[in-house]
Amino acid sequence: MIAGLGLLIGIVLGLLLQPQVPLWMEPYLPIAVVAALDAVFGALRAFLDGIFDDKVFVVSFVSNVLIAALIVYLGDKLGVGGQLATGVIVVLGIRIFSNVAAIRRHIFHA
Amino acid sequence: MSEPTSNQESPAPTGRARLLAALRRPWSRGQVTAAVLLAVVGFGSIVQVRANTEDDRYVGMRQGDLIQLLNSLSSASQRAENEIAKLQQTRNTLRSDTDSRRAAVERARQQATTLGILAGTLPATGPGVRITVQDPSGKVGTDTLLNGIEELRDAGAEAIEVNDSVRVVAQTYIKDGLRGVIIDGHQLSPPYTIDAIGAPHTLAQAMAFTGGFIDEVENIANGRVLVSQSQNIEIASVRPPAQAEYAHPVTNQ
Repeated sequence: MIAGLGLLIGIVLGLLLQPQVPLWMEPYLPIAVVAALDAVFGALRAFLDGIFDDKVFVVSFVSNVLIAALIVYLGDKLGVGGQLATGVIVVLGIRIFSNVAAIRRHIFHA
Repeated sequence: MSEPTSNQESPAPTGRARLLAALRRPWSRGQVTAAVLLAVVGFGSIVQVRANTEDDRYVGMRQGDLIQLLNSLSSASQRAENEIAKLQQTRNTLRSDTDSRRAAVERARQQATTLGILAGTLPATGPGVRITVQDPSGKVGTDTLLNGIEELRDAGAEAIEVNDSVRVVAQTYIKDGLRGVIIDGHQLSPPYTIDAIGAPHTLAQAMAFTGGFIDEVENIANGRVLVSQSQNIEIASVRPPAQAEYAHPVTNQ
């Protein structure tokens, strides 16, 4: 419940403040957001499994974001930034889908 | 990374029950942590969505495309600059055109004024002489007056008027009338007054020399001539501009 409230507060803050994305951050933000989503769904699934640990959640969240950004950065340096970003998105997308499937099984038993 | 998913404690409550319990008991540490992280996620995604809707035209384009785009943009700006230069040139040309046209108009206006005075279409004022010719015997005729006017012209008179009513110009004719003379169709009778604008002293001298106008009038016609110099002779009579009916200016000069 508090968690949902937190999400809402974040969205409202983003709408109200309308911050300008710094230029150096521009290529990494979308990947970081997707990685963070992956961590969130993973955490929800773990919670439903009864193995949720907030420390693990924080660590996985931060490391997910950092690694995703690092991969894109590396790809940019190597000249394959676009392709690598696509790869990261695909992998994270697959993980999100599998996590959501597990969550769905928990909630709807189907 | 997300947590491993294989762990299943057999008598544990189901996921749905856990969720309901969490909804009922909101202030656990885990929930607050999740709230903070979710706030971060929400904030980040909103920022990204906004940044994305701001401009997504060039996102995802390959380097080659971007370079091509840049090239076309720079060539477009080059074209625009060329156009600006051309337009500025046109503007300068037009401006100098306007200036020279204005100067030409000014010149033409001055010329029109000068010619208007010479042609008698404009009233004139200035220094000159007023010559009064008394002719009790009526012997002052065309020849004498014509001589006088010619003398005035010779002395540089710029505008001449007879009897305050007839302007003497290039087309002026004088012939003898019944009593007096006819100038340009106006019947004039003595005494005649001739106003002339020019250098007063020179004009007066031109009248006075031996065998000149004064001599002629006084000796031949028994009349009397009074020449008064003035700094302010006014010639008010004008004549309509003459339209050349037969003579045309030579154009190819």
